[in-house]
Amino acid sequence: MSDQNRNKVKGDSQQTTRRQFLVDSARTACGVGLLGLGIGVYSQRAGALPANALRPPGALPEMDFLAACTRCGLCVRDCPYDMLHLAKMGDDLPMGTPYFYAREAGCEMCEDIPCIPVCPTGALSHELTDINEARMGLAVVSDEETCIAFLGLRCEVCFNICPIRGKAITLEKRHNERSGKHALFIPVVHSDACTGCGKCEEVCILEESAIRVLPNPLVQGELGSHYRKGWEEKSKAGQALVTPDTEHRYNLPEGVRYEHDGEGLIIDDAESPDPNSAIDALNRGLGE
Amino acid sequence: MKQTRRDFIKTNAIVATASVAGITIPGAKEALAAEKQDDGIRWDKAACRYCGTGCSVLMGVKDGKVVASQGDPDAAVNRGLNCIKGYFLPKILYGKDRLTQPLLRKTDGKYDKNGKFEPVSWDEAFKTMAEKWIAARKKGPKGVGMFGSGQWTVWEGYAASKLMKAGFRSNSLEPNARHCMASAVGAFMRGFGIDEPMGCYDDLEHADVFVLWGANMAEMHPILWSRLTDTRLTKPGCEVHVMSTYEHRSYELADNEVTFVPQTDLAIANYIANYIVQNKAYNQEFIDKHVNFKKTPTDIGYGLRPTHPLEKAAKNPGKGKLSGITFEEYAKSLEPYTLEYTSKLSGVPKENLERLAKAYADPKKKVSSFWTMGFNQHTRGVWVNGLVYNIHLLMGKISEPGNSPFSLTGQPSACGTAREVGTFTHRLPADLVVKKEAHCKFAEKVWKLPEGTIPRANDPKMGKTLIHAVAMHRALKDGVMNTFWVMCNNNLQAAANFNDESYPGWRNPDNFIAVSDPYPTISAMGADLVLPTAMWIEKEGAYGNAERRTQFWRQQVAAPGDSKSDLWQLMEFAKYVKVKDVWPEDLIAQKPEYADKTLYDILYTNGQIDKFPAEQVTDDRGNKYDNDEAKHFGFYPQKGLFEEYRMFNTADDKPKKGHEMADFDAYHKARGIRWPVIDGKETLWRFREGYDPHVAKGSGLQFYGKPDGKANIITAPYEPAAEPPDAEYDMWLCTGRVLEHWHSGSMTRRVPELYRAVPDALVYMHPKDAKKRRLRDGSKVKVISRRGEITTRVETRGRNRPPEGLVFVPWFDAGRLINKVTLDQTDPLSKETDYKKCAVKVVKA
Repeated sequence: MSDQNRNKVKGDSQQTTRRQFLVDSARTACGVGLLGLGIGVYSQRAGALPANALRPPGALPEMDFLAACTRCGLCVRDCPYDMLHLAKMGDDLPMGTPYFYAREAGCEMCEDIPCIPVCPTGALSHELTDINEARMGLAVVSDEETCIAFLGLRCEVCFNICPIRGKAITLEKRHNERSGKHALFIPVVHSDACTGCGKCEEVCILEESAIRVLPNPLVQGELGSHYRKGWEEKSKAGQALVTPDTEHRYNLPEGVRYEHDGEGLIIDDAESPDPNSAIDALNRGLGE
Repeated sequence: MKQTRRDFIKTNAIVATASVAGITIPGAKEALAAEKQDDGIRWDKAACRYCGTGCSVLMGVKDGKVVASQGDPDAAVNRGLNCIKGYFLPKILYGKDRLTQPLLRKTDGKYDKNGKFEPVSWDEAFKTMAEKWIAARKKGPKGVGMFGSGQWTVWEGYAASKLMKAGFRSNSLEPNARHCMASAVGAFMRGFGIDEPMGCYDDLEHADVFVLWGANMAEMHPILWSRLTDTRLTKPGCEVHVMSTYEHRSYELADNEVTFVPQTDLAIANYIANYIVQNKAYNQEFIDKHVNFKKTPTDIGYGLRPTHPLEKAAKNPGKGKLSGITFEEYAKSLEPYTLEYTSKLSGVPKENLERLAKAYADPKKKVSSFWTMGFNQHTRGVWVNGLVYNIHLLMGKISEPGNSPFSLTGQPSACGTAREVGTFTHRLPADLVVKKEAHCKFAEKVWKLPEGTIPRANDPKMGKTLIHAVAMHRALKDGVMNTFWVMCNNNLQAAANFNDESYPGWRNPDNFIAVSDPYPTISAMGADLVLPTAMWIEKEGAYGNAERRTQFWRQQVAAPGDSKSDLWQLMEFAKYVKVKDVWPEDLIAQKPEYADKTLYDILYTNGQIDKFPAEQVTDDRGNKYDNDEAKHFGFYPQKGLFEEYRMFNTADDKPKKGHEMADFDAYHKARGIRWPVIDGKETLWRFREGYDPHVAKGSGLQFYGKPDGKANIITAPYEPAAEPPDAEYDMWLCTGRVLEHWHSGSMTRRVPELYRAVPDALVYMHPKDAKKRRLRDGSKVKVISRRGEITTRVETRGRNRPPEGLVFVPWFDAGRLINKVTLDQTDPLSKETDYKKCAVKVVKA
């Protein structure tokens, strides 16, 4: 599927102008008159959106969007980077609606979001004024077997390109068990910050991207509504939710301590403290 | 390969079963086909083409083409890993615009400086070039010039050094490492009397504290960074201090972020030393036994043209002679650098500075300091390198696992070729220098040439012969130097002040510029003759990385078209020049039989270099490899050159010990060996008894590069930068690199995936600075200095986060030459350009 779509995106539809669009629409109208047979196939297609097709920033939920979008093409016209396209007849998308494929070109996230104010119906919600709040989709590292970061290579192209730097994609550092002395830098996507702009999928250096941007409902899991993350609740409350706790005391041999909230068992260094220790002098500081 | 061996066996079994049962298994055929694809691939090792880390890679060749690659799982440095550039290594060979034939600017069939490039034969190319070179040499030793590379293979550098210093009798030979490592070298020689780090990469696992002084290792030394990160993750108490003039990727790991005002690193280093002295935290015993105290002249200028007001104002321009001082005088020189003063000057909060000082001063913590271009590309680069050695020497934290001041290198063989072979104007192989009569005489003896062949620094007949990289461009502009051969680098893009110095020099009608390159770079465009060049594994090669590790590789594939290796070009060109064309009569009188010989005859068929016959190169598995140079010259030049070079570090009467190397064949059998190699054993930490056989038993430690075995602590003050921002040019400009591209991008920008990841150089700036100028992310702007401007786009959200008042622009982008903007200021001692500090303004385009 994707190849077919990509070819189309690369080819004619990227060049779709307003005039071409009108011509296409007229052709369609004629087609409907001449070939009543085809319409059944077409209307079936029009309802389903390919999983990797993304809507412009501020787009209403898909069904609402389809209802509101007049297929006027103004958002596409006003995209300064020409990365938005209008679906043509024969595409796997409802004809005349705006879309983009992240792998071809992601959204550049203009601060003034020029595609939104021109939308005459609010199919692209005018309430979206901060592009960082856009949710065009959600990135997901879809293949840990081919993503070279999981192999320990230093790539991080997705992390580096991400416009919500350090928030939408972070790098989790892990010990590389195989090499024994290197770290892995694993990309992790955060749904609370990812706008679905698609730049990460666009630049992934693999032949097929290992990170994909998909509509949120296709990606996101949902934690059981009963469950809370204990450490987050504690940090929100600023203290343990259940207090008090007794002061723990332990039976321990000499030279051994136990930290309840810290390291656990600590066997003290056999070294005796040095009265001439430079470090103690240092910790006293210059006393300015 | 998408399948593992086990998968393959399984698939095979399934297919076999399925065919018996008459069933087709979907996908099984494809899986077998993928495995078949790997049949017949010949794997062999090579050192990665890019940075000074020196990762080992395995390259897979089939039908004369590199079809596969992998990180070498048995290499100590990288254990099978690569960075993103290394992942794409095969693609750098196969850019669509490889040069395949020599090209000469011509009009109406004749050479014309303003003509169009036309294909010519190598014979015509070298005939034209030789004519120009012979004429230019008649003007004096500075009439000709060669600009080589820390990416040359070891023997290419060695062959070039012979051609220039002995053949043309000119010291006008410089490597691009002058822009890169010269300050580090200067500090090694002043401090220790011998070049290159005392430690090795194993320090990355043994340190408790890492301090980065002007090195963005996260992007520039990606695999070393993953080792450092792993230590930080797995070692309790490990901490990382990152110092820079702007926030970059390495800050992601920083326990202590130290963002300082440009140039104030000098003050910070002195503050740390002062802290150690004031608290008496220094290692008295170590200082007494192993250290001398020195001072260096101050107010030394900025390496600009002597007519520049800043040079005229300097009291001691270019001066660097050390004089002895006492510990008390040293301590006194540090007194101004209080916490208060340093914090104010540098803009670094007191607590961050104190934390840094305490880490160094804690006798229980092992500290490794790393630095690269932030330190070396500095108008006080030698000083500031030295100031960090001072700290390590005060504490005795040096030359042992984890305690290591470590100068990283940017190029794959800045150490192995530029420094060890000595392809600088003032150097000879193995740390010898042309300034010393005994060193010149020794070189002449090894080279079997008459005494007085190599021009002395202050030659009795030729006068001053030394000329450094930046001075070469000035000499081209002034018409002093008339021929220039640029090999294995892209100096027109890389050198500072393109508009006022480099470009006018290259296009000066009196000058003839030859550029050897695999691709049509900016330098090739600026040349008069372009020589198509075999690159990397299209020839047999050797690189030396930053931890003194020398790595060899065999020729894996043939170069396209008529392109030839730098080695072939250097040796073949020597056939076009006769001794009598370039040597004076009195010298020829010492060897009259040389008069009608060519430089090739006397330099490369001297009975040493042509000693080893051309042989079929094979590995231990019986695979066969070509050697196009051996085939052409009829002997094994790589081996002959290396073995002659080795005489400089192994001959019994060698002037300096400590650079011993293993023999040629040993390196083809090993994944790199760290010198000095004594009795077949490599050296991990130098100067330390037990680790380094040169250190006498019972002495514990000997800095044997110096006659008395003691290292120098050299005091040097803070002095301001040459061109700080002012009312009109109100921002600092710092230039540098990004992870995805290497240097000028001539290789990595031809990898479509890397190009797509980072297509253009952007100007990274603080959002407030953008707002003040009514700019926002993606705005088109001009970055303008007193010398030139570029047009690019603003990035405020990217990987580099400059503080207010500073912008960062990477230099890889041939479409946006940031070196039109930079200033050709250098460290007056090391002559290395400072690309990190000049004044610019940023305006809407």
